[in-house]
Amino acid sequence: MSATPPVGHGLGAPNAAVGATPASRDVQAPGPPPTGTRGVGPPLWLLLELTYRCPLHCVYCYNPTNFAHTGPELPTADWIRVLREARALGAVQLGLSGGEPLVREDLEPLVAEAHALGFYINLITSGVGMSEARMRALKAAGLDHIQLSFQDSTRELNDFLSSTRTFELKSRVAALIRQHGYPMVLNVVLHRLNIDHVGEILELAEAMGAEYVELANTQYYGWAWLNREHLLPSRAQLERAEGVTQRFRERLGNRMQIYFVVPDYFETRPKACMSGLGSVFLAVAPDGTAMPCHAARMLPGLELPNVRDSDIRTIWYHSPAFNRFRGEAWMKEPCRSCPERGRDFGGCRCQAYLLTGDPDNADPVCDLSPHHALVTAAVARAEQAGSAAPAAARERPLVFRDHRVSIAVVTGDPARGGAPARRA
Amino acid sequence: MRLQWEPAQEAHVLLYPEGMVKLNGSAGAIMSRCDGVRTVAEIVADLERTYGLTGLSGDVIAFVALALDKRWLELRA
Repeated sequence: MSATPPVGHGLGAPNAAVGATPASRDVQAPGPPPTGTRGVGPPLWLLLELTYRCPLHCVYCYNPTNFAHTGPELPTADWIRVLREARALGAVQLGLSGGEPLVREDLEPLVAEAHALGFYINLITSGVGMSEARMRALKAAGLDHIQLSFQDSTRELNDFLSSTRTFELKSRVAALIRQHGYPMVLNVVLHRLNIDHVGEILELAEAMGAEYVELANTQYYGWAWLNREHLLPSRAQLERAEGVTQRFRERLGNRMQIYFVVPDYFETRPKACMSGLGSVFLAVAPDGTAMPCHAARMLPGLELPNVRDSDIRTIWYHSPAFNRFRGEAWMKEPCRSCPERGRDFGGCRCQAYLLTGDPDNADPVCDLSPHHALVTAAVARAEQAGSAAPAAARERPLVFRDHRVSIAVVTGDPARGGAPARRA
Repeated sequence: MRLQWEPAQEAHVLLYPEGMVKLNGSAGAIMSRCDGVRTVAEIVADLERTYGLTGLSGDVIAFVALALDKRWLELRA
């Protein structure tokens, strides 16, 4: 069982690392977790999305497009209770994300509490809001690791894609990260508009002293789903980028480890999303909604529990939402009789829902899925367009992640990337 | 990278940003002795004394080589 949860601003890494499946990563999977209630292991990975507030406006953000319709953020005391309850169940990897987690002024005390509890604490940040003083305070509080996201290597494109002038700030934050003894870990979400800059991105990473670089191709949820026609690269782009990446690997060896996460639309088998929902991963949204995957708010009929109403043990072991996709009883054909079902668990439930309208279907990335043509058709549109934006994209401009836009999102319409705000 | 004992998993685990590795008993016993001070020979001697065994050197060296390759450990002169 893999314990790598997907973290990262673009939902880039998935599971194999949890982190995504990291399909392309050399991630070591832990052995089978000890069994708890009904054979279910503990939620080893806890992701706290502390806020949906973010100074950036990234077009590939996986946050729900209707985030402006969700309830108020949990107060500090509730987050601390969540940390304690999850740790007591065996959670040990902690991701602090958002939105931009640095927006929360109580980030330092939350880190201190998590550290005291024994979590391994990862901060997933754009770097906006980081200062020398906060870096010192976070280090003193016991923060273990920082993952800095970077939109692109040229300031112009970086600013375009994040819609703010943050490039120089990120360079400063990268220096701060190194000065405080953290490994320099860079996450870059790739897509059609920046993938041709992979060489420049890697040169910049090298110049910044990056030890790990994750080149995570966009996965299509939330805002990225809304902008999919703009963001899906062509196969030629992808192959060029992989070639460039390979040359860097050969030159730099172990000095800078580069993970290249291929967009799963180009695969013929789905990712083992979250190592199976309800297996190792527990995410909590800013409003306290507990989710078996950070995109799961969109899934229809899933009555997601809220940490304001239930404790983590009840949520993890007993809530219908967390049990919904455990085991294989929910599967349909071709997954139900597939010899590979124990390896990929049918792929991603959210992708199955977004593309086919039914979260119980096989992930259409799988070429055994009767809906696989939906994926190949999207790839074909990206191919036809050459270097220009595909026709479908030209008809609708890029949508930047924005609070006002989010207010206008039609909830419950997956075609708009919206999902009903839901509270248990 | 951090090594710690996890009661819920009844094992030593290695924690790092992208994942975690659950170590079996032998690996945990070796890794928990890699303190940046002791030599491999001293660790072997400690393990043989602790568990009342002999001839562990080959297994320990093989594991340390694996751990170095995976960057769980680094060598200091």
